[in-house]
Amino acid sequence: MDSLVDIELTPQTSWKKNTIISAKSIDVFYGEKQALNNITLDIPENKVTSLIGPSGCGKSTFLRCINRMNDLVDICRVMGEIKIAGQNIYAPEVDVVALRSQVGMVFQKPNPFPKSIYENVAYGPKIHGLTSGKDEMEEVVEWSLRKAGLWEEVKDRLHETGTGLSGGQQQRLCIARAIAVKPKVILMDEPCSALDPIATAIIEELIDELRKNFTIIIVTHSMQQAARVSQRTAFFHMGNLVESGATKTIFTAPNDERTQNYITGRIG
Amino acid sequence: MTNMLTNPSRLRKSRARAETRFKWFGRIAIGVSLIFLFVMVGSIILKGKSALVSSDVAITVGLGPDAVDPSDIQATRFDALMKKSLREMFPEVTSRKDKKKLYGLLSVDMGFELRDQILQNPKLLGQPQKLWFTASDDVDLFLKGSVDRTVSEDNRRISDMEISWIDSLSEAGDIRSQFNTKFFTNGDSREPELAGILSALIGSILTLLVCFVVSFPVAILAAIYLEEFAPKNKLSAFIEVNINNLAAVPSIVFGLLGLAVLLNIFGLPRSTPLVGGLVLSLMTLPTIIIAARAALRAVPPSIREAALGMGASPVQATFHHVAPLALPGILTGTIVGMAQALGETAPLLMIGMVAFIADVPSSIVEPATALPVQIFLWADASERAFVEKTSAAIIVLLVFLVVMNLLAIYLRKKFEKRF
Repeated sequence: MDSLVDIELTPQTSWKKNTIISAKSIDVFYGEKQALNNITLDIPENKVTSLIGPSGCGKSTFLRCINRMNDLVDICRVMGEIKIAGQNIYAPEVDVVALRSQVGMVFQKPNPFPKSIYENVAYGPKIHGLTSGKDEMEEVVEWSLRKAGLWEEVKDRLHETGTGLSGGQQQRLCIARAIAVKPKVILMDEPCSALDPIATAIIEELIDELRKNFTIIIVTHSMQQAARVSQRTAFFHMGNLVESGATKTIFTAPNDERTQNYITGRIG
Repeated sequence: MTNMLTNPSRLRKSRARAETRFKWFGRIAIGVSLIFLFVMVGSIILKGKSALVSSDVAITVGLGPDAVDPSDIQATRFDALMKKSLREMFPEVTSRKDKKKLYGLLSVDMGFELRDQILQNPKLLGQPQKLWFTASDDVDLFLKGSVDRTVSEDNRRISDMEISWIDSLSEAGDIRSQFNTKFFTNGDSREPELAGILSALIGSILTLLVCFVVSFPVAILAAIYLEEFAPKNKLSAFIEVNINNLAAVPSIVFGLLGLAVLLNIFGLPRSTPLVGGLVLSLMTLPTIIIAARAALRAVPPSIREAALGMGASPVQATFHHVAPLALPGILTGTIVGMAQALGETAPLLMIGMVAFIADVPSSIVEPATALPVQIFLWADASERAFVEKTSAAIIVLLVFLVVMNLLAIYLRKKFEKRF
């Protein structure tokens, strides 16, 4: 599965050169019900892409296609292809475990393991065998916690339980846990919806910081948040990708009437 | 506005009445169940506590070289020596019938008791010694006051003559009552004063051990597979229904199954903890599976998502995160299942664990009996002194159960994690 990491990017057109994720004709069905309809979307590297749209529009479903979390839903079928660094992640030979080590995820509700802070962050590197020895693991844990802006707050209580932290700290712990395996992409499914405004602001700053090293895709209900943190935005509506482009363009001069209606609060 | 909030309307009154009524129904229900519990436990303890005390009689035994040869103690006829000593204590007894009654003051094992005391302490030899011996069950019952002296002699188990012997012995201080250690160190016996609970207790422990070793891993693996890995289709639904049905099958049916399959087809040794444990594990399996599945289901899905999202394989996610969180619930369910198995009698009757077992079993393939079966046997015994033994055995069973439940609580507290 190293090919997923080391693959050489094929030379493409100017901005496409930066594309890391390329989804082509994605259809998703939950049983009989079609949740996503022919989605084609390119996602640029080291940028924040936000997926917005009203509830049930399929933005979370699309996000979960990117690390194949939808495989866990028995009745879910995904058709089409998603290429990450040129490799189709739905190809039969792809190892889902390796894929998820490259595509991390942060969930809506902070869900640290009921173990110590240290163990939470060390879990990923441990199961993927990324470190050898205790010292190296401690370095990775510190690096991840520093990246997630949590180090100063928890460095004296690394061996206390992660679930004892505040909601915002827990969410940053989950981010630290996700980046500890040094993935290419981080998926965030409404990471701030369970947090207060101050914790939200901290996470948003963090997202801006993290995009230097990671490609981030964030699903959000808050249009202000999408405008604040993302460079590119994709608007979903009723299982369709209505339009996507630079965040500024989407929010100031949308092409589609539905986008216009959504960002002005008339639908949603 | 204030009027609207405070004015007692008809509706409000009837609502308040309904609340009060319900509270009282609840309290009455709890009261009734507590009364039942107290009556049951109280009557068992009242009946059983006398079995924890036993009576001993002191007899002076001549242990000179003419009676016991110090170089060959084992060759002594201890029983005859005891009888001789008894006759010497009551020289007025002459007729054969009365002598028999006199010997009946002590338990039939008096010869063995004498031998054991001498072997334990050979210094006793040489001169007459006053030694303590277990009183027979009739004497014991009389001393505990369960024989009414005013009843005519024909209607009681102990005659006037025996009463006079006992009275003279107790006047001389040659009768004592003390804690009945024999009850906890002896196996079953036909003589109530010698019967103990140890063989049944060990039999129960061995049986439960087999039951645990077989049912715990099987049930846990089945539950984890069904809950975490099995595809949700018609087959898994069918299996689920059948596991639930299995939990409702009367236990005697499992006994029949054990008889037909384990004993007759596989030819396993009958009356043994091995077979008993296997039969009970059939019964315990569905209980543990159902409890374990409920515990696994109670683990928040966000934990699974977190683990899988980190790139853990399903097996890693289950064994690193989900199963440890479900462990307290699984252990509680297991101990509830084991407690059920401990109290189970019917299936053990079918596979022959109802036999009279005087020896303490030392392995799972030796014949054994179990606590509830021992209770059943003693409850059925004809000797009156077994009544108190039955209650005492029930107390032992209840204490065993309480210990198991405390263990369950301890384990739950130990492994419980907040999230």
